[in-house]
Formats: sequence, C-alpha cells, structure tokens
Amino acid sequence: MTTVTLHNLRKEFDDVVAVNGIDLEIIDGEFLVIVGPSGCGKSTTLRLLAGLEDATDGEIVMDGRDVTAVEPKDRNVAMVFQNYALYPHMTGRRNITFGMKSSGDFTDEEIDRRVEEAAETLDIADLLDRKPQAMSGGERQRVALGRAIVRDPDAFLMDEPLSNLDAKLRIQMRAELAQLHTSLGTTTVYVTHDQTEAMTLGERVVVMNDGRIMQVDEPQTLYDFPANRFVAEFIGDPAMNMIPVDIENGTAVHDAFTIQLPNADGGVRNGVKEGGDASIRDGQRAVLGVRPEDLYMATDRPDTGDETLNATVNVTEPLGDSLLLHCSIGETPCKIQAKARSEIRPDDTVSIAYDPARLHLFDPESGDALYHSESYASSESAAAAADHG
Amino acid sequence: MVGVLQYAKRRVDALRGNYETQRIHEDDLGTHFQLLLLVVAVVFPIAVALAVSTKQSGVVTSVVDLLPGGYAVENYREVLVDYQFGRFMWNSLAMSVVIVVGKLIISVFAAMAIVYYRVPYKDLVFLFILFTLLLPVPVRFIPLFQLMNDLGWSNTILAITVPYLASATTVFILRQHFLSIPTSIVETAKLDGVGPLKFMLFVLLPMSKGVLVGVSIIMFVYAWNQYLWPLIIIDSEANQVAQVGLQLLQGDVQGGQLSWSLVMAGSTLTLLPPLLLMIVFRKPLLETFSIQQK
Repeated sequence: MTTVTLHNLRKEFDDVVAVNGIDLEIIDGEFLVIVGPSGCGKSTTLRLLAGLEDATDGEIVMDGRDVTAVEPKDRNVAMVFQNYALYPHMTGRRNITFGMKSSGDFTDEEIDRRVEEAAETLDIADLLDRKPQAMSGGERQRVALGRAIVRDPDAFLMDEPLSNLDAKLRIQMRAELAQLHTSLGTTTVYVTHDQTEAMTLGERVVVMNDGRIMQVDEPQTLYDFPANRFVAEFIGDPAMNMIPVDIENGTAVHDAFTIQLPNADGGVRNGVKEGGDASIRDGQRAVLGVRPEDLYMATDRPDTGDETLNATVNVTEPLGDSLLLHCSIGETPCKIQAKARSEIRPDDTVSIAYDPARLHLFDPESGDALYHSESYASSESAAAAADHG
Repeated sequence: MVGVLQYAKRRVDALRGNYETQRIHEDDLGTHFQLLLLVVAVVFPIAVALAVSTKQSGVVTSVVDLLPGGYAVENYREVLVDYQFGRFMWNSLAMSVVIVVGKLIISVFAAMAIVYYRVPYKDLVFLFILFTLLLPVPVRFIPLFQLMNDLGWSNTILAITVPYLASATTVFILRQHFLSIPTSIVETAKLDGVGPLKFMLFVLLPMSKGVLVGVSIIMFVYAWNQYLWPLIIIDSEANQVAQVGLQLLQGDVQGGQLSWSLVMAGSTLTLLPPLLLMIVFRKPLLETFSIQQK
C-alpha cells in the first residue's frame, strides 16, 4: 500500500532535459499509466521512480519517506521491462526466486509458497522448469510478471511490458494485467507509447510531452476534455481534426463554414477544467477541434440539426467497421469517420454534420483549451460519483 | 575466395543452430575445391613433420623420403624419455594454465568495472588499457628481466606467467560482450538487491560462458607458443618449456648433423595440446571470433 509523490522532479542528461520539473501524486493502489511520444520523458520518470536514474533536482516521496537518494533495492519496487529481462541461463523458477534469495528477506519455505501462488495466479506452473529460450514472448512476460509479484513489492513499475508481443497477444495480456491489478490491488505505474493501452488500462492517465506533464485525468476525461491541443491530438485514433477559425459572436467562422458554439454566449468559459483565465473573446483566432468520429454524413444522421459543412473527399480508407475519409473543408485537411460500406468515392463532395456537444477550441499559440462545448460540471459530478463507488 | 567466406559464414551459422541457412548450393563444388587447396597449403608442413618424425635420420632428399618410416615409436620414446620432453610439456602446460586463469580473473574484473561501474575518467582508463597493446612483452624484455631478477623470480614459474597476466585484448573482448548483455538484466539484478559478486558469479559469468571459453583457447595457444621470454628468463633445464625444449633436441647432435626426426617428433608433440583444445572447443571459439561482426 503505497502513495508516491513527485515534487518538481527533474532529470538532465548532459544538456538534454529529459524530465522537466514534474509534480505528480500517485494514489495508493491505483493503476496509473504514463503515456506520450518517444523521448517525452515517460521512461525516465519511471526509472527515476525505480532509482535506476538519479534525479537532478526535486524529490520522490513514498509513503512519507523521501526516497530520492535511496538505492533501488531499498525502495521495494518491482520492475517489468519491455524485453522481459529474464536471465537466459536460469529456469523460470530460478528466474523468479533468484532475486528473492539474494535479498535474504525470505525463508525457503516462504519462497516456495509464494512461487506456487504466483504460478497459480499467472498460470505459469508448467513454465517453471523451462528456460526462457523455450518460452514464447507471452510466456516470458508472464514469468517476468511472476518475478515481480512474488516479492510483494510496494509498487509495480512497468516499462512498456507488452510492446514486444504481437497484436493479438498484446490485447489478451492487457486484459490479464488489468485483472491482475484488480486482484492484487498494488500501486502500479505503467509506461507506454500506445494511447489505446493507456486508455484501456489506466485508472488515471498521465500524458507527457517534452519532459512535462500535459494532463493527468481519467481516460474518458482526457478524451472528452483535453486540456490542450497536444492531448487532444495524442489521445484518440485517428487524431482530432484541427481547423483554424475566427471567433465572432459565439460562432466559429472559417472560410468554408460557420458553426454556432453552444453555451458560448458572451465568451463564457465553459467546460475548461484547468487554466482559470482561459476564455474566448470575440474577434480572436482559435483552433476548432473536432474528432473524426464526431463528424457524420448529413444523410446518415438527419437528427443532428441543419447546420452542415461541405467537404471534398480526397482519399477513402475502408477500416472494416467504418470508412475513413480524408477530406478538405475549404483549404483545411480533415478526417471523417463515415459508416462502413458508404458509397463515397474520391472527388465526391459530401455534406457533413457534427455533434454540437463535441466541439473544442484551442489557443493557436499556447495550445491551451479555451472551450469545450459540453459542460465539464455535468461529467464531473458523474466522475465524483464514480470515485465514491 | 568469396565462396570460401560465404561457406565459412554458413558453417558458423550452422554451428549456432541456424540450420535453415545451411543449404546445399550449386557452387559448393568449387568452394570445396578452394577449401581443399587452402587446407593442403596449411597442412602440408605438418604432414611433412609427421612423416619425418617416423624416420631414422629424417633427412629429406626426394619425394620418396616423405613416406612414413618405421621408427615412430622409437623416436617418440627417445624424445619423451631420454630428452625429458614430457617434463618440458608439463612445464608449458602449467605456465599456460596459470596464464589463462590469471588473465581471465583479471580481465573479468577489469571489464566488469569498465562496463558496470561509474568510475571517473572510465573511458580514459579503458583507452590506456588498449594503449598497452602497443607495448607487448618482447618490447619490455630488458626492464622485465631486471625486475624479475630484483624480485628473485628468475627461473621460476612466476617469471614466465606474471608478465602475461594483464591482457588488453581479453579485456576488450569481454567488454564488448558485457556491453551486449541487455541493461535491463543488470537493472533487474540491481532492483532485486543482487550484490556485485553474486551478479558476477551467477549472472555475468554463466551468460558469458561461450566467450570465456573462446578467449581461453586463444590465450592458451598464445601462452603455449611463448618462446623468447622463457628462453631468456629460464636457465635451468628442469624448468624449461616445450618450445625452448625443441631447440634443446636440435642442439644435442654429434658431428654438426641435426637429428631432424627427433625435432619433428617433438614438434608434433607440442602441436597436440592446442590442437586438441581447438577441436574440442571449436564452437565457442568460432562464436567468440564472430561477435565482432554483430
């Protein structure tokens, strides 16, 4: 049971700043996912937590104990690596017990008992006498997980543990990891570059970029209320469309269309959770964000209102469950997720409807969110209810 | 020659267990012919030595003289018993084993320090170790000779082993190998609280078995073939090594005529230990040489 707090944590490698002063509170027992593009500092953050890197500045506090300068072995954390890091010359069992025996904290009987328990939990009993060479990727990662859980650590640190697995196995292991966390309830910090993994696994997700935290929230909140343009474009696949517009009288004006912004009268800040003085003013430039899945063929959804935009289709990509259209609205490129099997060809002009509750505005310079058309308050009460549950 | 190189590459792959690359190629016949030529070129002198070692006098004046003679047992007995060549071989073996073991211990520690520890000016230290390649033992003969005499080591096994113990080549090969071990394995050990000695004994050394055997063979052959330094520093026949002993076989002839058959019998005997090792450990040896290509 461990709460971890990072205060202004900073890590520099020579003149490269990998982690640029982050503050983060990891709640006891939660599954926290850190996600971001490569080089954003997520792995470094995890390695700082493990003690494999020394912090340049700031502090790491675990359960009230400052561990910033504490040796890795004295932090009681277990790490799972992308390449499994199993000792190739040892059997599964020896791989699991080697670290325990070295630490000297466990008696032989206890080690045996814990290995049996872990083997049962992870269903690896038949792998214990095999060497890693004779295991598949998924089996190796399971043994590596076994090695982590037998020590009953205060926290699991996972560095892209599923990235070396093939797509199908990854999805299966993802579900197993979630299940494992539910049954063990150990604080877990999980690093990935895959936003789908982050969304599906994380109770809370930290989005990082350039060594800074962009937003920390529950997955749905990240998707619905991105705090800035980076999060908006990083979370969700295909990425959110970004269309430059001018704001006039509560409407977003583009060369090719005009969209009425709901609840935006008088430039009221609406739905923006952080950045208290962000607001939309008449006459300012902004970037309108709307997800491809919130745009429809007007003919498919006649109920969304009569405001439609015209777009020219450039390329169509059938994805099976939907048809992804690369279009231009005026001069601006834009993606639309249309119904599968729609009869749409390149160079067609289509009439597009949008979900008025799913519009976002971002500041063109800072990238901060200025406006979300859905009020945050309504979803906040729902989230609060979930927290109590 | 390209064919030979490709063939060698496939053989190495096959030894490593990648059997799918060991296909029969149509040009294998030509390759085998080239290989045969190379083998004959290398083996010919040894074959001559073998043939001569079975003769009475060992003087070769015509092709017929290269046929095996009937004095093999007698010649080898004379070399081993009358000339105490067994003793020289034993000394050589002791020297080589001490050098190999000592070199391994020192090199493993050095490479481990260079790869896994944060030491100030580490790269500079490693560069300095590599720099010693420019000063091999023969260059240091005179100061070494003086040093050995001052220490009172001359004519002992210490004199022919200690100067060889530090090896830049071995440190370099081990360093390269240690660097190829994933850092996550080292970090896992760190997180588990595995101490450095335990890490070395139970993780690093077992994971380096192949390389350690490979470099051991190379070092053994190198040590076994030492001639000049033992000749200088060892002056009692009882402590002499086989390579110098060969010369003693050659020198002990009357009337200025060399008994080539005895010399060749001795040569054949000295050839055996390295050859045996090479045959037994050819797999790790090939792997050690090929790690540089990764």
